[in-house]
Amino acid sequence: MEFSYNWDWSVLLCTVEDVEIGCIAPYFYWIVEGFGWTIAVASAAWVIAFSWGSFIGILRTLEAPIWLVVPFLKPSMKYKSSVIETGNGAVMINIGWFLHGFATVYVTIFRNIPLLVQMFLWYFVLPEVVSKEAGMWLKREMPLPEYWTAVACLGLYTASRVGEAVRAGINSITQGQHYAAMAIGLTRVQVYRCVLLPVAYRIIIPPLTSDFLGIFKNSSLALTIGVLELTAMTRQIDEYSYQTFEAFTAATVLYILVTAIVMFAMRIVEGRVAIPGMISLGAK
Amino acid sequence: MPETENTTPSVESSPGVGMIQMEVVSKWYGNFQVLVNCSTKVDKGEVVVICGPSGSGKSTLIKVINGLEPFQEGVVTFDGTSVGDAATNLPMLRSRIGMVFQSFELFPHITITDNINLAQLKVLGRDENEATNRSMALLERVGLMDQKDKFPAQLSGGQQQRVAIARGLAMDPAAMLFDEPTSALDPEMINEVLDVMTELANDGMTMMVVTHEMGFAKRVADRVIFMDEGRIEEDCTKDEFFGGERGDRAQEFLSKILTH
Ligand SMILES: Nc1ncnc2c1ncn2[C@@H]1O[C@H](COP(=O)(O)OP(=O)(O)OP(=O)(O)O)[C@@H](O)[C@H]1O
Ligand SMILES: [Mg+2]
Repeated sequence: MEFSYNWDWSVLLCTVEDVEIGCIAPYFYWIVEGFGWTIAVASAAWVIAFSWGSFIGILRTLEAPIWLVVPFLKPSMKYKSSVIETGNGAVMINIGWFLHGFATVYVTIFRNIPLLVQMFLWYFVLPEVVSKEAGMWLKREMPLPEYWTAVACLGLYTASRVGEAVRAGINSITQGQHYAAMAIGLTRVQVYRCVLLPVAYRIIIPPLTSDFLGIFKNSSLALTIGVLELTAMTRQIDEYSYQTFEAFTAATVLYILVTAIVMFAMRIVEGRVAIPGMISLGAK
Repeated sequence: MPETENTTPSVESSPGVGMIQMEVVSKWYGNFQVLVNCSTKVDKGEVVVICGPSGSGKSTLIKVINGLEPFQEGVVTFDGTSVGDAATNLPMLRSRIGMVFQSFELFPHITITDNINLAQLKVLGRDENEATNRSMALLERVGLMDQKDKFPAQLSGGQQQRVAIARGLAMDPAAMLFDEPTSALDPEMINEVLDVMTELANDGMTMMVVTHEMGFAKRVADRVIFMDEGRIEEDCTKDEFFGGERGDRAQEFLSKILTH
């Protein structure tokens, strides 16, 4: 059987429902709109992934105790090693091991469940296991439920990857730098903010770039829960017009275009923030 | 986060009470005991050189003084403040003790000036102008004024180490700790660093210096501590140490490092 196909690139330019040139829907706007949703899902998810992931990654690098001051609590001798009395009616509790453990469990869970399964868990399962009102809110009452569910899912998943990158970045900094930063009198927060993180983030620009590209490409999974992003719109054009190749070519080109721009931009950023004199960080 | 004011009223150290004091300090890494009942005292203005074979616990000993390494037994006080006390504000205590490392440990992502400014701004709460003025004065003193806008990796080892000393001095510390400050340096750069340290000692700075530069010890030190297997084996005046009143192990160690 011979393969016959009517190429018609002009469908991609349909802006109105103009039957005369073969358009039954404004495909061009569909693509623009789908592309817009893709960008919207990816960028909102990235905000979550970057900030939450950084937090998780930092927690996983903490070794020394973190003291939480709790007023008016009588310490029991059993937990003496992680509880200190301050002498003015308060106690300090070491929650370091708890935070560290939490972050480790988080990364293990979110990195090891397939993303598609996570998407379904958030959208189909979660509303059923919470209270009825909360379930209703998740499914219908909150604004743009599919969009925000997809954003949360992608963001929380990618946060586990960002967290690992941040952890690796911080761990690649020598113990001597920690010592030097502490020795001049910086508090632990300042040690991270002024010394460790600025260097760590420079080191992990390449993995962070791929994590961002990952979020952008994985955003296509949002179609499974009904977000009309680029891939969903492309399929819809295909169904309406039967111009399969044109529709998917357009989507492919757009995906590649964005990833290429991001890679190029990050290359420039990397050069800009490179530390003078340090070839290993990409200065030359 | 509230910046802590760094104005602990430093009670004029009464004579007899050391600026740095260690009483039967022991420290373990797991089952391995790194410090064994170490006791010593460094008075204000004293220069103490610490030497001993590799792995004897010299670095650990001085890291215990500013709380960079915790210890399990004994008492360490700095200018009257107990280092091991959980209620002690360690960052504030550390800001009063300058520390210089074998591998310089300048912060690679900021300029020389910013390296010296950083803790002045963040810890002492000085304003940018005040901090920069202080940094410039210190760079002048260590002879690196012309390098102020460079980044650490663009400097030679000796230059980096002098910047590291300036960084410590910028906090107007009550004492300075040095951990083998010249052992990562090429021979021709060792003296430029030792000269700065000698000058510092002559100005009356309280110093503990881990080093194998016995020439420096002879010229500058008041006392010499010799460590072996986590113990302080000798703790005597320079004259006693170099005058031959030393134990066998110290003797053996000295003959090794002086002949090669
Ligand atoms: N983090 C650590 N965990 C376990 N053991 C350690 C650790 N740091 C140091 N040690 C051990 O403690 C001992 C003392 O180390 P330290 O660095 O104080 O020796 P040092 O006298 O400074 O030696 P060097 O002259 O080589 O610098 C060594 O045997 C070392 O292996
Ligand atoms: Mg050492």
